[in-house]
Amino acid sequence: MAEVTYDSATCIYPGADRPAVDALQLPIKDGEFVVMVGPSGCGKTTALRMLAGLEEIDDGSIRIDGKDMVGVPSRDRDIAMVFQNYALYPSKTVGENMGFSLKMHGVPKDERARRVREAAKVLDLETLLDRKPRNLSGGQRQRVAMGRAIVREPKVFCMDEPLSNLDAQLRVQTRTQIAELQRRLKVTTVYVTHDQVEAMTMGERVAVMRAGQLQQFDSPTELYDHPANVFVAGFIGSPAMNRFDGTVEDGGIRVRDATLHPPEGQLRAAKGHGKLTVGIRPEHLSVGGEGELTLEVALVEDLGSDSYIYGRLAGDADSHVIVRATRDHPYPGETVKVKVDTAHMHLFDGATGLRVGE
Amino acid sequence: MMARSITAEPELTTAAPGRAAVRPKRRRNNTWVGIIGWLLGILFFFPVLWMVITSFKTEAQAYTNTPQFVFTPTLEQYKTVFASGIWPYFANSAFATIVSTIFVLLLATPCAFALSLRPVKKTRDVLFFFISTKMLPIVAAIIPIYIAARNLHMLDNIFTLVILYTAMNLPIAVWMMRSFFLEVPGELLEAAEMDGAPLRRTVTEVILPVVAPGLAATALICSIFAWNEFFFAVNLTATQAATVPVFLVGFISSEGLYFAQLCAAATVATLPVILAGWIAQRQLVRGLSFGAIK
Repeated sequence: MAEVTYDSATCIYPGADRPAVDALQLPIKDGEFVVMVGPSGCGKTTALRMLAGLEEIDDGSIRIDGKDMVGVPSRDRDIAMVFQNYALYPSKTVGENMGFSLKMHGVPKDERARRVREAAKVLDLETLLDRKPRNLSGGQRQRVAMGRAIVREPKVFCMDEPLSNLDAQLRVQTRTQIAELQRRLKVTTVYVTHDQVEAMTMGERVAVMRAGQLQQFDSPTELYDHPANVFVAGFIGSPAMNRFDGTVEDGGIRVRDATLHPPEGQLRAAKGHGKLTVGIRPEHLSVGGEGELTLEVALVEDLGSDSYIYGRLAGDADSHVIVRATRDHPYPGETVKVKVDTAHMHLFDGATGLRVGE
Repeated sequence: MMARSITAEPELTTAAPGRAAVRPKRRRNNTWVGIIGWLLGILFFFPVLWMVITSFKTEAQAYTNTPQFVFTPTLEQYKTVFASGIWPYFANSAFATIVSTIFVLLLATPCAFALSLRPVKKTRDVLFFFISTKMLPIVAAIIPIYIAARNLHMLDNIFTLVILYTAMNLPIAVWMMRSFFLEVPGELLEAAEMDGAPLRRTVTEVILPVVAPGLAATALICSIFAWNEFFFAVNLTATQAATVPVFLVGFISSEGLYFAQLCAAATVATLPVILAGWIAQRQLVRGLSFGAIK
């Protein structure tokens, strides 16, 4: 259990033109479950590996419980890591895999066996302790990798996309198991994923990264309701938020032919920004009635409970619009009116992409 | 077959080639590949087979023109070979082979580990240097080696052969072991590091078990090369340290060639290598095709 602080932590790979992780500021509380999320190459894995001691900290520092980790080898950091491909020792049994770190730390055999059994019990691995990793299924290997981490009772768990090799159903199931386990053990956890659904469902706080830079560090609901910039707005949420170009005009925001009327405060803040990016989530658009926008329906995804309508704004072939609708939806080829829930509009500066208002 | 090809033909001309037309062709190709494969196999194996057959003949039978395939086998030649004092040669060969192979593995493993998992700027140059030592024909170096051995009073000394065989096999072993180490996933090393294992334990407990098949393959190849080595042995040894290949040459005596006897001796000399290969077969195949199937 420990506090982890990234303090302007920077990592530059030799020969790279920009830092892989650029002055990352991330204060992580004791026992917190933090998820780092972002597209490929955003630096999330590098940031995790810096914490684990597998990458150099070229500038700034990372502190665990106030102790600077620069120059401290991995083995002395008391961190356990779950790797993407699990990295189980192929020649060792499940039990030996889980007990290896205890053995390396000189824990007596009886104590080792007891702790391995305990961890195995938690992860439902008791019957598999004598098997070799090659005789396990993907899900079982994943659990062994988790077991290897928890048996050590480390200060920090580092998890590098531990679910990406599992099939969809198992991933959802394991996701909740990991989150539940972490809450029970209360060990500070840094979890890396590219899947924003995983990030939203597992993390107490989520750090969204892009091109080596932290975009926003907040709770999942905050990220969803108040994205700090256009990138976060587009990245968090599935399907993604609709984004339109807009300009401020008297009494509203102009998007193509329509004028939208956001709350007074938001409109006031938007004034003076010139060009804007207007973000509206699919669930804040509705088909029918006196809609402001005109939509040409291209495709409908019927999900059973509700449906998603994909289309273009009339007269704008480059626009992409997604609307959440009920089962009673229009069909491809139709042109429908779409109403905007202006109370839930997001406004971003057209040039900087930063959030406007509030 | 005829009937089938007639019915298949209109299909071929009118539409895309039917399955019936494609299949027999492929099968015929396979048959040819099979026949050629067998012919080549027999071609390679025949001399060995002939050697073994001849070793069970009398000298007179061995020399018949129109070779005899039907004869009463005799162990006479083997008796002569074992009576002629092959054992010291065998012991020398075994000692030189085993000790040099152990040295090779002890030196090549850390070297290959460094060159594969901890590369530096000049790693490629170092690797090239290793293999470049194999480019010089041994005959070009034999005179300096001979003089050095003579001045060190190490002529006809089995340790001279041990040193030379170690040096001779080291580059090959480093290259082979390096390719096996390269197959070890980097995460395994990192996992061991995070688990708190020092380098020595990482190597012995995590990496070596993974590369064990490769280690076995390397050991076998080095053993074969050392066991079969003739040039150093014949030039640097006389009576004390002579190895089996030198013993074999002894059968080509001044009174003429004892063909059946030579074949028996050669068969005996080949047996250890074949046995070792057969025992290590599974490991060898796994080692040599390491990483091909994961």
